[in-house]
Amino acid sequence: MIPSPREQEARRRFLRSALLGGGVVAAAMAGWLPVLRAHALRLRPPGALEEDEFLASCIKCGQCVQVCPVEAIKLGDIGEGFGVGVPHIDARVQACDFSCDAVQCILACPTGALTHTLSKKEEVRMGVARLDKPEICLARQGAGFKGVARAKGIHRYAEIDRWNPIPIADHPYDLELCDLCVRECPIEGAIQLVPMSDDPADKRRTPQVNQACVGCGMCEMICPTEPAAIVIDARKQWRAA
Amino acid sequence: MSLLKSLAIMLGREPVKPKTCEYSEAACALHESKRANKRTREDNAAVQHAIHESAKVHKWRNRRWATLIAVNLLFVLSYQFDVQLIEGALTASRVIGFHFADLNSALQVMLAFKTVLINLVIGTSTVLAMWWLLGGRSFCSWVCPYHLLAEWAEKLHLLLVSKGIVKDHALDRRLRTVLYVVFALLALASGYTVYETISPTGIVSRALIYGPTAALAIVAVLLAFEVFYSRRMWCRYMCPIGITYAVVGAVSPLRVVYRPLDCHHEGACRKVCLVPHVLDCTKKGFATDVHVGIGADCTRCGLCIDICPTGALKYEVKGLDKLL
Repeated sequence: MIPSPREQEARRRFLRSALLGGGVVAAAMAGWLPVLRAHALRLRPPGALEEDEFLASCIKCGQCVQVCPVEAIKLGDIGEGFGVGVPHIDARVQACDFSCDAVQCILACPTGALTHTLSKKEEVRMGVARLDKPEICLARQGAGFKGVARAKGIHRYAEIDRWNPIPIADHPYDLELCDLCVRECPIEGAIQLVPMSDDPADKRRTPQVNQACVGCGMCEMICPTEPAAIVIDARKQWRAA
Repeated sequence: MSLLKSLAIMLGREPVKPKTCEYSEAACALHESKRANKRTREDNAAVQHAIHESAKVHKWRNRRWATLIAVNLLFVLSYQFDVQLIEGALTASRVIGFHFADLNSALQVMLAFKTVLINLVIGTSTVLAMWWLLGGRSFCSWVCPYHLLAEWAEKLHLLLVSKGIVKDHALDRRLRTVLYVVFALLALASGYTVYETISPTGIVSRALIYGPTAALAIVAVLLAFEVFYSRRMWCRYMCPIGITYAVVGAVSPLRVVYRPLDCHHEGACRKVCLVPHVLDCTKKGFATDVHVGIGADCTRCGLCIDICPTGALKYEVKGLDKLL
């Protein structure tokens, strides 16, 4: 029996509803692929929960972006799948230097994706700094540094302006031995320069990352070599070398 | 109309003509008198003329567009000029310090994260109370930035339809309910806020505030479907946010009411409506009373109020007329 035109239309309507509905769900679920395939984890703002929980709990509103005084926090785009609208930090471009003093992004977070159990910068664990390219590190060559460390990026220099960050380009250095990663580190005792030999005449020093490191990325941003000799391993937790 | 019926129609059931027992005495008398007084040809011509005239009225539409643009602009300007009036985006924000959380986004987070922080409870309750007062889906038509884009796409769609270039393909309205359940279950099972990945409301809101993103491609695809394939596809048949707010709107005091006394039943309101199933009572002989509240799915957009030549459709705050 041939179905009536009304039945035919009903059938077609059902079919296209199913197809388009399926398409919408498939498009949303495709967001899982970038999450599954992520080989390198993103550096997340201070206080971020463990990655899966972080993606689940973040409501994608960007309030953390708005309160950050150095505008270090950016939101993920569609390429991040389920991570669309989720905040991250590209430390080389602009690191978190705790200019806000009191982890403002954590206070701004409405869902606890940035956990409210932290209140001090020293308690933050975003990752750990690692000397990625020791061969180009200036301190390891016993070299100084003169001039502008980075063309872009801003940083709060307490001795210049206690309250407002200024462009790094406006603050040239003249250092006998490059110690920028140690000098600008906002966490006390997180990084230090240690001699490379017992010879007192040997000027060479190597940066040594200590357990206090919170992984904020300030060292990665300020490092004047290109690419940066020191980088952050995002999400990594401290393990004694 | 009973609350349950209003919700059932919102979830996708097709409205049917009410049974004889459902009519009030006053409604029966009104329908009877309308049947007795047949309209003359001159009457009909006058009605057509009146509709032609009222089609030029955009009072509520203009107010609504101004509100929608103003609200979204407040988000943008508040961030650009760092005045901290409204921080965040439409998914969650802080308005002069008070937490606000979009009901659907909050639901996705609660289902995926399975932990609810006090801030989120506060934000969700505030927004729930606010949209209960303001009419539920009025969020859609008065605030959601995608809605405005979709309205413009709809104009284009109707133009192309009138020229015979494209055809409207209606979908099954139950699809939205299915999608709502699917996205809720996916959030619960996967532990990710799956829906937020494609939510055009979130994507457009964030793009306005934090700058354009590639995610806008999703919005472009949806709008293309609405222009060339199915009128108002997303808001009508798909968006889960609509259901969340419709449930709130079902019991809201702010609503559109229909008074059939002066109505000509010519159906201009149903033609402009995003959710014409809520206006089924405006068909001749369908109103069960002389004062009928429009159902849960109504977005309170006011297009029907603008187009109505007789003022049979109006905004109302339930109970307020009794107080005044």
